[in-house]
Amino acid sequence: MATQVIMPKLSPTMEEGQLSRWLKKEGDKVSMGEPLAEIDTDKATMEMQALGSGVLRKILIKEGESAPLGQLIAIIGAPDEDIAALLDQAPEQSTQTTRPAEPKTEADATPPAMQTAGDNASRSADRSAEGNGRHAAPVMKNSPSGRLIVSPLAARMAAEAGVDLRSLSGSGPGGRIIKRDIETAISQSKAASPTIGAAAPQRHLRAVETKTLQQPATAGASAYHDEPLSEMRRTIARRLVTSLGPVPHFFLTAEIEMDRAAEMRRNVNALDPELKISVNDIIIKVAAAALLQHSQVNASFQEKAVRYYEHADIGVAVAIEDGLITPVVRSADQKSLSEIASEVRDFAERARNRKLRPEEYTGASFSISNLGMFGIDEFTAVINPPEGAILAVGAMSPKPVVRDNEITVRQMMRVTMSCDHRVIDGATGAKFLQTFKKILENPLYLVV
Amino acid sequence: MAVITMREALNQALREEMLRDENVFLMGEEVAAYQGAYKVTKGLLEELGPKRVIDTPITELGFAGLGVGAAMAGLRPIVEFMTFNFSILATDQIINSAAKMLYMSGGQFKIPIVFRGPGGSAFQVSSQHSQALESWFAYFPGLKVVMPSTPADAKGLLKSSIRDDDPVIFIEQERMYGNKGEVPEDQEFTIPLGIADVKREGTDATIVARSLMVPAALKAAEALEKQGVSCEVIDPRTIRPLDIDTIVESVKKTNRVVIAEESHPFCGVGAEISSEIMERAFDYLDAPVKRVSAADVPMPYAKNLENLAIPTVDQIVAAVREVTYLDE
Repeated sequence: MATQVIMPKLSPTMEEGQLSRWLKKEGDKVSMGEPLAEIDTDKATMEMQALGSGVLRKILIKEGESAPLGQLIAIIGAPDEDIAALLDQAPEQSTQTTRPAEPKTEADATPPAMQTAGDNASRSADRSAEGNGRHAAPVMKNSPSGRLIVSPLAARMAAEAGVDLRSLSGSGPGGRIIKRDIETAISQSKAASPTIGAAAPQRHLRAVETKTLQQPATAGASAYHDEPLSEMRRTIARRLVTSLGPVPHFFLTAEIEMDRAAEMRRNVNALDPELKISVNDIIIKVAAAALLQHSQVNASFQEKAVRYYEHADIGVAVAIEDGLITPVVRSADQKSLSEIASEVRDFAERARNRKLRPEEYTGASFSISNLGMFGIDEFTAVINPPEGAILAVGAMSPKPVVRDNEITVRQMMRVTMSCDHRVIDGATGAKFLQTFKKILENPLYLVV
Repeated sequence: MAVITMREALNQALREEMLRDENVFLMGEEVAAYQGAYKVTKGLLEELGPKRVIDTPITELGFAGLGVGAAMAGLRPIVEFMTFNFSILATDQIINSAAKMLYMSGGQFKIPIVFRGPGGSAFQVSSQHSQALESWFAYFPGLKVVMPSTPADAKGLLKSSIRDDDPVIFIEQERMYGNKGEVPEDQEFTIPLGIADVKREGTDATIVARSLMVPAALKAAEALEKQGVSCEVIDPRTIRPLDIDTIVESVKKTNRVVIAEESHPFCGVGAEISSEIMERAFDYLDAPVKRVSAADVPMPYAKNLENLAIPTVDQIVAAVREVTYLDE
């Protein structure tokens, strides 16, 4: 039976993909799992694997062309198999090159990576104007009436989150799948994610009583536990949001004397020139150490809870052509300076070539943005939701300061932390910044 | 701001607008010498004289037609119906003349007239005198329909209605004439027609209510808050033109809607709002739109049955619990 190759969902925010390069040509033999093509998503270039074996019978979009998620882009089949029926259902070539002017429908968010011939009859028809993917869902029997009953909102949420409605049983009247069922499914799929295995919860640096740790959806990201919002926290959140956008920012600035950190960097690099440790690497390490002491800052605001992370997964903003991406140094609190340095170098290199994988740039618990190399003295950064804070780092420069009643010259650097006020209060953020400053001014604290 | 009754707020609006524009005059049964069956026109005859405040015979069709003619001739009549139940007799003039004149005269005759008076249920006045007729009038293009729920809204909306160049049906609520609230004293205080008011903000369910059901919806929202449900209460204030955008924005936020109304359910304003929500916010609904309406029977005379026929706070609470699936 022929396998339809459709544009797969390769990143959490992807809506369409551009065919960068076919790795097979028509007539080539293909086996299951073999790389078939390279796809440019909104963030990175990803390999697409074949989900069936046989011969690549037909390529339906050329290199450089784009297709929305779920669109048929190739057919794999037996050498002599009749694929005419499948070809009939493929969209016209022109619809692939010129995108429809109308806003994208969410139909394309349904994620099946492969469909067998036969059940696709309704696909293309259902993609018209308001199509929402749910029309294409086969009639199922998880309601007493024998139909899949789902509220319009729940259907849309499921399509956006890639939740398979057929796997759910509804808690509404008559088995209707409603908003809360989708929310439960999303949180369960995160909790059940097997990707992390036993690694994360083993080493707890802080005393952990009986809290149950959840595993995140992103591979390698920090484990966390959710604490239901207190009434006060809920009120603070509600009131602040009404005053300033969806994420209520406030800003804390500190000036930090960098002489000792700079000296440490020189000394460390003198030990081994290959290390190439930067001041920014030290900042990452120090931030991670401070975050572990201030769990309230290593946190994010969720719909009904504040999420506290076990480790400091630090997003490092990397400017690339046409944009910005924040690869994540996982568990920076447990990594050595040299590990952090080489990891950041590797990330920056691959970010520029757009080769980062989604799990490498999502799910940070805190971020750092450094514009010091552009000579910026200080600035404010915008929080990358759902993270609770971001640290904006300015340039290090010699400045006159007063020490022991005398004017002297020191290397000074200004940092500004943007905090999500729903999670972090002024004093909480200030205490974190105090610790951060204390360690950075005396990096020996890192080893104490 | 002074705290006054809705009756006094309406009286202020009438007096201020009649003093402001000498083309405005008032007529109706018992509005002058008796100062109004509900005393809304108190003191106006004395202050403005018998040319501006006119007692009519008991002939609704007749004086409604007189009003339409006066409006065509350039005056700005306010016609009081002792209650809107009696406007039924005048509907030929309201619907066939007032609503259509601008259109049928090719724009030559505007009809700046206000038909006002109490509507809805009162206290044991039985089937023929306890009717919510807003959906009748809102049905016709050419009419505007206004229903205030607070003294301030009553004043601001009545002033706008009198200044409006189109015929306006202004329906007060007999049970609410004594309700008190803060009302701005500024003579230029008006509230534009066609703008809904969010009477309470919330996140879990939207209650759309008008007139008598607004205070009931606010009480229901208070009760629900204690049960952990946050309700947004929206008062459209103007039934036509309807501010559907404000309602739809709220639905997009809360995903659930209850419409509370004192009228019968079938072909009511709630049915129209429900349909608009379905057309504009289908993908945001987590539950079917739920209406809480008056019983689909003529209003009973007996006190106990009358109480059962008018929507209650408890019914609104139960409807919100239903759309938020709290009892599933």
